[in-house]
Parts: sequence; structure tokens; C-alpha cells
Amino acid sequence: MSSILPIAFDGITYASWLFLISAGLTLIYGVMRILNVAHGSLYALGAYAACSLAGAWLGGGLPAAGSFAMLLLAALLVGSVAGPLIERGLLQWMYGKDEVVLVLITYALFLIMEDVIKLVWGVDSLLLPDPYALPGNFQLGGLTYPVYNVLLIALALATGLALAWALYRTRQGKLLLAVIHDRDMSMAMGINVSRVYLATFAVGATLAALGGAFTAPTIAVTPGIGVEVIVLAFAVVVIGGLGSLGGAALGALLVGLVRSATVRYWPEAELFSIYAVMAMVLIARPKGLFAAQEARKI
Amino acid sequence: MKAAIVAIAPLVALTGLALLSPQWLVFMAMLALAKGVVVLGLLVLMRTGLVSFGQGLYFGIGAYAAALLSHHLHVADAAVMLLAGAAAAGLIAALLGLLLARYRDIFFAMLSLAFSMILYGVLVKSAALGSTDGFNLHARTFFGVALASGVERRVFLIAGAVCAVVVALLVHRLLGGHWGRLATGVRDNELRVAYLGASPYRVVYVNYLIAGAMAGLGGALAALAVGHVDPEMTYWTTSGEFVFIAILGGTQSILAPFVAASIFEALRTIASQYAPNVWQMSLGLAMLAIIMFLPAGLWTLAERRRRSV
Repeated sequence: MSSILPIAFDGITYASWLFLISAGLTLIYGVMRILNVAHGSLYALGAYAACSLAGAWLGGGLPAAGSFAMLLLAALLVGSVAGPLIERGLLQWMYGKDEVVLVLITYALFLIMEDVIKLVWGVDSLLLPDPYALPGNFQLGGLTYPVYNVLLIALALATGLALAWALYRTRQGKLLLAVIHDRDMSMAMGINVSRVYLATFAVGATLAALGGAFTAPTIAVTPGIGVEVIVLAFAVVVIGGLGSLGGAALGALLVGLVRSATVRYWPEAELFSIYAVMAMVLIARPKGLFAAQEARKI
Repeated sequence: MKAAIVAIAPLVALTGLALLSPQWLVFMAMLALAKGVVVLGLLVLMRTGLVSFGQGLYFGIGAYAAALLSHHLHVADAAVMLLAGAAAAGLIAALLGLLLARYRDIFFAMLSLAFSMILYGVLVKSAALGSTDGFNLHARTFFGVALASGVERRVFLIAGAVCAVVVALLVHRLLGGHWGRLATGVRDNELRVAYLGASPYRVVYVNYLIAGAMAGLGGALAALAVGHVDPEMTYWTTSGEFVFIAILGGTQSILAPFVAASIFEALRTIASQYAPNVWQMSLGLAMLAIIMFLPAGLWTLAERRRRSV
């Protein structure tokens, strides 16, 4: 019994991390019908930018607490620079192509960005341990946990709530929902779909970078960190149903809890368990848990 | 018949290559051949309009089946290994295909990806199979004939060439006939195919099975070439590479996958030698250029020339 608390806490921590990355992916898919492979590169970009910014901040002898603001700033910077650059520079010429071709296009983009990151930041690992150690530790069920994990959970919750509020309670969000529901009709009603796409991609990119920026203090930032993240985020998003924000949250929670229980009782099966959950969900519900039904067209 | 005659040329060329060229070129040609076979299988699947992002699953199964034979059962015959690779992959494809043949579009791609990642997860954690390091294999005989060290790879290249040509001819016949038309029909409008009395499910299932078995054969060939297997063969980036090669060559011709795989391997060898840090970037840029300007692959270049002559 004593192991349930740690399992739940680990699971929720992991789920928060997963949600931060997958929320952007599912948003972009929902609006633009693009399963963005380059999402992993945006995540990596966020992590690298965080290392540079927070590293510079701490290196300048400024108060350590401010490094958290630097993590946020890194995410915003990546989202507002790289996001529009990719959407305006590449993706806007590709709309209307087949979904699978769009996957390939973003795959090409992923390959390009992997090398761009290497060229800019080099191939050595970057470390940014300070923000992780700063908040201290606490005890739970006889085990010691970093307070940073609680911050991560809070961040994911805040992000999820903010997204839901923006999507369902604001005018801009309702315009977005209209575009998701029927792109052509929204266009006819005078919604500037091109601008909606641009905003969506920028927000999605910011979310990916946010996930990366807040992961950076917990890992060694090396080339290739985005590669694993892509398939993990795919799994979460597909489990929840492509394009569903609530689905991404539930998918993240499901994967997080299953993983932490597996790590505890059967550590060899860690990776296996995540994709097994994905396969089982798809077998039971071919379009994910929360996917909208589509009419068959003859 | 015409196709059979055309097929003799590459066979002769590859045999010449196997006998005369330096070891590194033999190695490269084998890898290109192995990937060409996998991609040709992918092409069969793509005829039905489905793209699998998980062919690494069967590539890995084929390679591990061959390697396990040599490593655990001490069967060191290359012919048996190739056969076992294709059979093991075909068997798994026959099982998973029952399920996957019901899926379409992005969901097909994602579920096949999930299955390949499951195998990756299992391989990475199984210490008996060498975890992330994998293990070595060694084939010493071919159809029972003992091979002197040094000539093995040359013999395997010829064997691989024969396999590839036979498989390519079979695929050519299959896609050129009734079955190929049916597959295209499924891609264009599945419901109508069903109304006309054919079973789209069966078409997709059989093509998936063929693609799986061919990926297994390719995996066994690659294992023989490298002499080593590791879980990376089942990772999603490997599967992505296959899709990349398929797009590079285009889906118009049986030869395209082999030409594209050779270009890919040659480029990779050169790039990893001279520009290891921008190798992926050049791949990505090439892919974008092809998707934008040659949507039917490099093969359109050859077609255009033929038409203008």
C-alpha cells in the first residue's frame, strides 16, 4: 500500500511533462491537420535556448530565482520566432496536401532542425542543474522528491487550464474552434484562416519549447533529445484522439501512471508498456478515446 | 518475359560488382540492396494508399531471426538465414495484419509505428539479446558449401542480388495484373471496390503481408552484410528512412526503390565522411525539394527524358 503514493506522484509528474509536449501537438493537428514530427525539434530548441538564457543569467551573477523566468522567456522566444518562421516559410505552401505527405514534410523539417541545433550549440552536452536543485526536496512515503516536480505539475495544470479557457471562453478561441469544425465555411464567414493557422502554430511551438525549457534542468541537454520525445508525444496524442485537448490530458495521465507502475514492478517493460497502451487503445477505439466521428464519404 | 530479360542486366552488373570491387563497395551495395527490398515491399503497400511508419519492425525481426539462428541454434548457413528472416517477418505480419488491415491513413501509420516501438522497447531491455548493443552473427556456409573468409560478403551480395531480382519480378507481375489494379482501386475509392464485390480488407491484408515478408528478407540481408544486429534497426528513424527512400525514388517503377536506395547509401557514405554535421540537413532539404518539385520521385526525371526523346 505504501507504494501507491510514490507511484501516483511519479506518474503525475511524468504525465505533466507529457501533457506539456503533447498539448501543442494535438492543437496543431486539430486546427491544421498536420502531425508535426518537427515538434520534437521545437522541444529540443526550447531546451537549448533555456540552457543558453538561464546559463547567461546565472553566469551574470543575477539572483538564482530569476532563472525560472529565463526558462519561460526561452519558450516564448522559440515559439514566437521559430514558430512563425516555420509556418510562413514552409508550411503555408503545403496546405491541402495529403496528411501522410505532411508528416513527411515535417519529418524533413525535423532532420534539418536536428543539424541546425548541432551547428548552433555544438555536439557536447549542456547542463543546467541550478533551477532543479534550487527549490529543495520534500519527503513522500519515505522517499525524497525534488520540489521542482511539484512546480512542473503546477505548470502543466496552469497551461492546461489557460489553454481550455482561451479555447472555450475567448472570442479568438471560438474562431479557432470554428476553423477546426469546418475550414471552408469559416473562410466563407470571413475568418482569416491563414492568420488562425499562424497563431496556432506559434502557440503549439511555444508549448513544445515550454516542455523542453522546463525539462532542460533535469537532464543533460544533448543532440537527439527530441527524437524520443516525438514518438512519446505521438503515443499520448493518438491515445487521447488526435486534435482533442482533453484527450491529450487523459492520454498523458494514462501513460504516466502506467509507466510509473511498470517502472516500479517490472522495470524491463518500461518502454514496452507505453506503446502497448497505445496499441491497446487503438485496437479498442480505432481513432483514440476522444476522437470525433466522421461521416463516410462515397 | 520482357521484364525477365531486363532483369538480367542488373543481375550481371551486381555479380560483376561482387567479384571485382573492393570490400567497402560490396558492403555498401549489400546495404543498398537490403534497403531496396524493404522499400519495394513498402511500395506494394503504398499501392493501396497506406504508408507504414513501422517497417523497421519487420526489418528488425528479419535481422534478429537470422542472427538468432546463428547465435543460439548454431545454424550458420546464409540461405537458411535469409529464408528464416523472411518467414519470421511474414508470420508476424500475418498476425498483426489481421488487425492493421482495418486501419487507414494516419491511424494505420501510427499503429504500425506503435508496434515497431513495442519491439524496440522489448529488445532494448532484454539482456539475453544484448540490450542496446545487440550481438554479432556469422554465416559460414551457403547452401551447405563452406565459404572462405573474405569471400563471404561477395557470395552474399550475389545471393542477395538473385533474391532481389526474383522478388522484384514477382512484385512486377503482381502489380501489373489484376491484383495491382485492385490495390489502386482500394487507394482511390475503397467503398466502390467493396460495392463491386471485391474485399478491400483482403487486398490490404495481403499487401501488408507481402511488405512485411520483404522487409524481413531485407533485414536478414542487412544483418548478413553488417554481421551485427541491434535494436536501432526497429527504431522509428529506421522506418522513416525507408519511407524517405520510397519518396525519393517514387512509386512508379519496380527499379526505383533500388536506384533510390543506392543513391541514399552512396550519399550517406560520402556525407558521413566529409560533412557529418550537415548530413541530416542535406537529407531533409533533398526531401523537401523532391516533395515540392518532383512529387512522383526521382523516377519522373527518367520518364521525362524518355518522353522527350
